[in-house]
Amino acid sequence: MADQLTIRETAAPAVGVRVPSANIYAPQWRNFVFVAPFLFFFTTLLIFPLFWGMWLSVHKADTFSTGRFVGLDNYVRLFHDKVFLQSVWNTFYFVLLTVPTLALIGLFLALCLNRRTRTAAVLRTLFFSSSVLSVTIVTLIWRIVYIPNVGLLSTIYGWFGATAPAFISDPSLAMIGIAIATIWWCIGLPMMLFLSALQQIPQDIYEAAALDNANRWQTLRSITLPSIKRTFILVIIIQIVLQFQLFGQAWLMTRGGPNNLTKPIVLYIYDTAFRRWDLGMGAAASEMLFVLILIAAMAQYLVTRNKGDQA
Amino acid sequence: MTANIEIRNVSKQFGAMTVLDDLSLSIKAREFIVFLGPSGCGKSTLLRMIAGLETVDGGEIAINGERIDHLPPGKRGIAMVFQSYALYPHMTVRDNMAFGLDNIGVARDVIDARIAEAARILEMPHLLERKPGQLSGGQRQRVAIGRAIVKEPKAFLFDEPLSNLDAALRTRTRIELAQLHQRLQSTMIFVTHDQVEAMTLADRIVVMNNRRIEQIGSPMEIYERPATKFVAGFVGAPAMNFVDVAIDRSGDVITVTFADSTVIPTDIASNQVVDGAHTFGVRAEDVRIAPTGQGNVDGKVDVLERLGERTLVYTRLSDGQIIVASDAGNSRVAVGDTVGLAFDGRKSHLFNETGRAWHARRA
Ligand SMILES: Nc1ncnc2c1ncn2[C@@H]1O[C@H](COP(=O)(O)OP(=O)(O)OP(=O)(O)O)[C@@H](O)[C@H]1O
Ligand SMILES: [Mg+2]
Repeated sequence: MADQLTIRETAAPAVGVRVPSANIYAPQWRNFVFVAPFLFFFTTLLIFPLFWGMWLSVHKADTFSTGRFVGLDNYVRLFHDKVFLQSVWNTFYFVLLTVPTLALIGLFLALCLNRRTRTAAVLRTLFFSSSVLSVTIVTLIWRIVYIPNVGLLSTIYGWFGATAPAFISDPSLAMIGIAIATIWWCIGLPMMLFLSALQQIPQDIYEAAALDNANRWQTLRSITLPSIKRTFILVIIIQIVLQFQLFGQAWLMTRGGPNNLTKPIVLYIYDTAFRRWDLGMGAAASEMLFVLILIAAMAQYLVTRNKGDQA
Repeated sequence: MTANIEIRNVSKQFGAMTVLDDLSLSIKAREFIVFLGPSGCGKSTLLRMIAGLETVDGGEIAINGERIDHLPPGKRGIAMVFQSYALYPHMTVRDNMAFGLDNIGVARDVIDARIAEAARILEMPHLLERKPGQLSGGQRQRVAIGRAIVKEPKAFLFDEPLSNLDAALRTRTRIELAQLHQRLQSTMIFVTHDQVEAMTLADRIVVMNNRRIEQIGSPMEIYERPATKFVAGFVGAPAMNFVDVAIDRSGDVITVTFADSTVIPTDIASNQVVDGAHTFGVRAEDVRIAPTGQGNVDGKVDVLERLGERTLVYTRLSDGQIIVASDAGNSRVAVGDTVGLAFDGRKSHLFNETGRAWHARRA
């Protein structure tokens, strides 16, 4: 104490000089140094390409020249391209197949595996382990499952004397085949998010519910589900953003076929920009995908939020 | 509705650790019972066993003569108020109270009537549409009690329901709980480690320690005639003075001799007391401050605690033994004074090394 007092006196000799008291919340500019590296890469790799993409989408561009300003011409051509419209529809169909299923199965697994037993721990690891595989491995596994006549599915159907559905080649089943592989691949993250949400729920409100005569269904509906509502929204949004970007599975399993029926937007962009070298139109398609993801995620957020407030 | 509760030879293990050992207790209908004991003695565990939230490892529990220890919690006809209140965070106060009734299919108008009545009793009709997050601690506490009331249970169980409230609110709620018991006339079991709560609320206190029940009795019985040395030391503030003594039982009543050869006559009958090492016990309010040389023994004042209505005088005897005495609120005693200490033989207690207690003959 005495030491501090002497230091203060020597440090502020002039009478009437106001020493401002330290505001611990005041911005410290040297802290900026710590985020600068991240900010640099964020800007060069994300922000800059974003604007460059916008710029490209209103210019006629190929690999050799980024030339003429063409206004919305790229977009007009895009919307007259049946393949693009097909790919938009394909992507929506895929998102519709995967996102609700991922959320529901993830929730179901989390509810089943939210216990302290060894079996549950092993199963949790098992279900999560598929998430660490690369898309190449995943598609390889599922192509082996789907191969006609000799694949796993055909073998199993064969035991019962039935023919397996042709998940890759049948036009009405191809997208479902890709969706099944994707769900298997991606189920780990939703499950883990739900598990951590379930573990946040205080045990004593379950005890109160038990004293309140709630059966399992009433407990699930009135206690568990409302408690993890926010996580549910989070899972849906994350999955919408992820699944809109379908590319690897479709490319490696079906190449977009049969007849462009499994060609998603990203694959269309890839074809347009890097195989037909129409960079302007590819950029325009990218902007459309960006907007679609944004709208879908926002809509989901707004819808569920309003519902939540009324309840 | 009300009920007697019979607990017979109940025991409980967590893994290898025995928490309750062969414990029996019978609670009369309409009684207010308080479980009192140090932290970790198994009060909550016993309460949760009655509620059905913990399994019963041995013995049985019956309500109104019917065994209930195999029934799920909801089927036992009891309500519990948790220390953390355990309100359902996403439901309004009204829904919190209705939930248990909805689940067993009580008619909507009956539910509404009961909620209105409970809200009136607890003075919280204006809170019904709020969610628990929008309530203060005290208000949440009322809701938790309201949720128990609407069920019209055979018995109420409370696990330290006041411990999260500030001192003033705690006192007020304590009084309200006593009134609630008067009004509802139901059996209530209340867990606490606060002696004042135990003394003021209980018809009978169950003092628990170390896996067992030490004593069951009315608050004054527990205070004036503690069954064991543990109860004597645990109940009452400041804790009872204990002095190791030699006893003389040649007379009708015991005379005890301190290590410094102070002799104190007591009113404890000689014929009951068994041989062995003994500890003499007397509460601070039964030790008066007297002028030097005029008490049973002299002591030097170490510390003074002025509580307003009385003053606690911590004195040190010549052999270093500390004795706490009680003096008037405006006591003139000062630290460092030498004062006389006058022991009230009629309020003294004697304990042997097994903890067994003997008290002064009843007047
Ligand atoms: N689920 C459990 N698993 C293992 N041990 C437990 C469990 N619950 C309680 N115990 C142990 O049982 C003993 C009694 O616990 P209990 O909660 O009944 O104590 P308490 O008397 O209520 O204490 P407090 O006054 O601190 O609430 C403690 O030693 C505690 O560590
Ligand atoms: Mg407890």
